[in-house]
Amino acid sequence: MSEPPSAEAIVEQLKQARVEFVASVPDKMTARLTELIERDSSFRFIPLCKEDEGVSICSALSFADRRAVLIIQHTGFMDSINSIQGVATDFRQPLVMIIGLLNKEPGIKPRESKRVGVSLTEPLLEVLKIPHVLVDVRGDETRIARLVEEAYSTSNPIAILIGREVV
Amino acid sequence: MLRPECLRVLAAHRTDEIVVSIFRAAFEWMALSPSDLNFTFVKAMGQIAPYGLGLALAFPKRRVIVIDGDGGLLMNLGCLVTVANAGPRNLIHLTCNNGIYETTGGQAIPASERISFSGLARAAGYPIVYEVDDLGEWEILVPRLLSAEGPVFVNLIVAPPPEPYPEDWGAAYSRERQKSFKQAVMSR
Repeated sequence: MSEPPSAEAIVEQLKQARVEFVASVPDKMTARLTELIERDSSFRFIPLCKEDEGVSICSALSFADRRAVLIIQHTGFMDSINSIQGVATDFRQPLVMIIGLLNKEPGIKPRESKRVGVSLTEPLLEVLKIPHVLVDVRGDETRIARLVEEAYSTSNPIAILIGREVV
Repeated sequence: MLRPECLRVLAAHRTDEIVVSIFRAAFEWMALSPSDLNFTFVKAMGQIAPYGLGLALAFPKRRVIVIDGDGGLLMNLGCLVTVANAGPRNLIHLTCNNGIYETTGGQAIPASERISFSGLARAAGYPIVYEVDDLGEWEILVPRLLSAEGPVFVNLIVAPPPEPYPEDWGAAYSRERQKSFKQAVMSR
């Protein structure tokens, strides 16, 4: 089986995309990633009590052309749909979400997962018209900088789904 | 004291602050202090304090005033901890506490007779917390607030006006106004 995604490679992608702020509620799939970000002085890390706060914080930062990423679990994404719609989608605000698909089975497509929440994540993003990609194996990280650029150049939300625990 | 009376006092002292508001208070504020620096582009209840935090971090040299509601704050109480922990010195968080969900017909908020928003803010870590139920006291406090190092929290005990201000949702959510806000906040 291919290697899991690299946290260091994701950090490099975020730097390449000029991300300054990272807001997060802890997630097992991205724990290594947030650990690296917290230690890296080129980011301002904002711990959240609840994921929907991060939707607003990240959107607000875009008014100063300052880039931000929200790192959450798919459960937090579901909990934040009203904010995603009422803050970002309706007002065409950029929002970059890195969403960990908690306990997705390796090698299984998200919508084929036996974890109901995981299987619903892509369909929900599609209903919300939010473009998304899956980062599931080593090498997939290289898509991230371009997607962040796209979110800010088109002023729309995007989602990067993390299918395996990053290392 | 009536909420528009409080907002009128704040408007009299306003210079170039960003002011974030929602629902009824937003319509009153837009009438009392029209400005391109009024931010009303949030439809999700419970989100204006986090939004204010984002704007305060985005524009650290500007003062950001959030005019929250008690029902909205209850919907997202954790944001008190998030804001206090981030510690933006340029953020003033006002909560208009009338004890009811005004826009849905005046239903009481949970525990309206017992809850202490100033106590919650203090416990969450806001370094400066006030509770104000007197207009004269508010008139004295406002100039101090606008030069204080925050984050500051103020629980304003208010009543809605006898006649609601006209609701202009189109203006509150206007894409044109959103663009004007960005131009104003980036250019001044």
